[in-house]
Amino acid sequence: MLLAVDARQVHKHYGSLHALDGVDLRIEQGEFFGLLGPNGAGKTTLINLLAGLALPDGGQLSVLGHDVVTQYRDSRRLLGVVPQELVFDPFFSVRETLRLQSGYFGIRDNDAWIDEVMHHLDLTDKANTNMRKLSGGMKRRVLVAQALVHKPPVIVLDEPTAGVDVELRQSMWRFIQQLNRDGHTVLLTTHYLDEAEALCGRIAMLKRGQVVALDSTQNLLSSIGGCRVRLKLSGELPSILSPQLVEKIDQEYLLALPSYQALETVLAQLREAGVAVQEMKLQQPDLEDVFLKVMGH
Amino acid sequence: MLSFYTLFYKESLRVKKVAFQTLLSPILTSLLYLLIFSHVLEQHVEVYPGVHYTAFLIPGLVMMSVLQNAFANSSSSLIQSKITGNIVFVLLAPISYLEFFAAYVLASVVRGLVVGVGVYLSALWFAQPPLQSPLWIVMFAVLGSALLGSMGVIAGIWAEKFDQLAGFQNFIIMPLTFLSGVFYSIHSLPDFWQSLSRFNPFFYMIDGFRYGFFGVSDISPWFSLAVVGGCLLLMTGLTLAMLRSGYKLRG
Repeated sequence: MLLAVDARQVHKHYGSLHALDGVDLRIEQGEFFGLLGPNGAGKTTLINLLAGLALPDGGQLSVLGHDVVTQYRDSRRLLGVVPQELVFDPFFSVRETLRLQSGYFGIRDNDAWIDEVMHHLDLTDKANTNMRKLSGGMKRRVLVAQALVHKPPVIVLDEPTAGVDVELRQSMWRFIQQLNRDGHTVLLTTHYLDEAEALCGRIAMLKRGQVVALDSTQNLLSSIGGCRVRLKLSGELPSILSPQLVEKIDQEYLLALPSYQALETVLAQLREAGVAVQEMKLQQPDLEDVFLKVMGH
Repeated sequence: MLSFYTLFYKESLRVKKVAFQTLLSPILTSLLYLLIFSHVLEQHVEVYPGVHYTAFLIPGLVMMSVLQNAFANSSSSLIQSKITGNIVFVLLAPISYLEFFAAYVLASVVRGLVVGVGVYLSALWFAQPPLQSPLWIVMFAVLGSALLGSMGVIAGIWAEKFDQLAGFQNFIIMPLTFLSGVFYSIHSLPDFWQSLSRFNPFFYMIDGFRYGFFGVSDISPWFSLAVVGGCLLLMTGLTLAMLRSGYKLRG
């Protein structure tokens, strides 16, 4: 089966900055794939290359078998990109914007699908409103709608929920998940790691232009091991437990433990030191822990 | 093909939505030029025998409006789209660089011609220049506006801020237009300036266009046509090369 996205040894320089340094990435059709990394890691550069907004200096990049440079018309037809920046054309209404975008992709008489997309993104009431008069969240919805007007098999979302309220975030994810269930491949970059953990089946982490982790979300979470315990204590944490301390807020301590069995030892040491446990909460490792570990924090 | 048509339609719709700025203002400006220059010079200047100065002036002003507005259309649309970032919608689409070029240039030609027709019709109130060869008029108007539309694409892509675009417009387009014989025949100039004018492609556009009205020109219209056609081919080649390379559009 053709790969939805196939990146092989992709390089990109901006002056002396090596923004992408030999990126290899293969995304299967139908995946919900997360691309994570700190600012400047190369996520948006990779998306720009995929979308043809920038040209690679080396390597090969294709969408469903179509090279993004030599077969750019085919690859762009297969790709729907929600850009990171909140951009809009101030001359047009929402419906005009979506009709124009359909036309750019060679689609005539697209109103039935435009209406459906607007319905799912709660834009129906704003169909005839000029883009300038929309709130930031509404403009973000239009960006998502624009990326979907041509029903692309591969959808790329570059931080689509930045600055978006909870309600929109949830309705947008419901719609995107529905599209994913219908067979659309989704490539997501986000700084909200809880979103990535909940949505993505596989995740790649980029650091300084290189893929430093690539696995299923479950395997990445398992790789951390152990657990964390949050304790509210009657006194100070005994110094013997200091190596396990992750953070301290007032009398609350967060300790990282190598296993659940280690909890018994911690409680015994607290008892010996005469410190009482007032509250206790066990936490599973999450994607943030994986991210911090991979990024070397 | 639909991609090209949609981009052309979008550009035309944009012009229509701000018609005060894109269509009516340039017509008014040209009429003010006509009013002032004809009032001051009508009694003193006769460029061609038997042709009043106001009638002589009208074709030049019409062509000047056509050229300036064709340039303004593509250049201002592109720089606005670049600065606001919405150029991304066009760049993400499967639009070839040829379609991109054709859509922006054709929209420039249409705006140039609409403004030109508007200036001409309004100017008829002041004087009625004859229409000796309408085909020459149409040919020079279309080729000239396409040439300036193409230059507008180059300027719009090259400029990174409005200041740079204004520099291009005020230090290149404006002097070349004003020194092209809109307000005078180059035969009235000293030899040095006459020779210099022959290096200005805008002179050939205005002179050829004016020939269509009076059947008289400073230079053979065929020669002017060859110069304007040659410049258009050169500029088209340059613009297409820029677009194909992704210069300043695809980082």
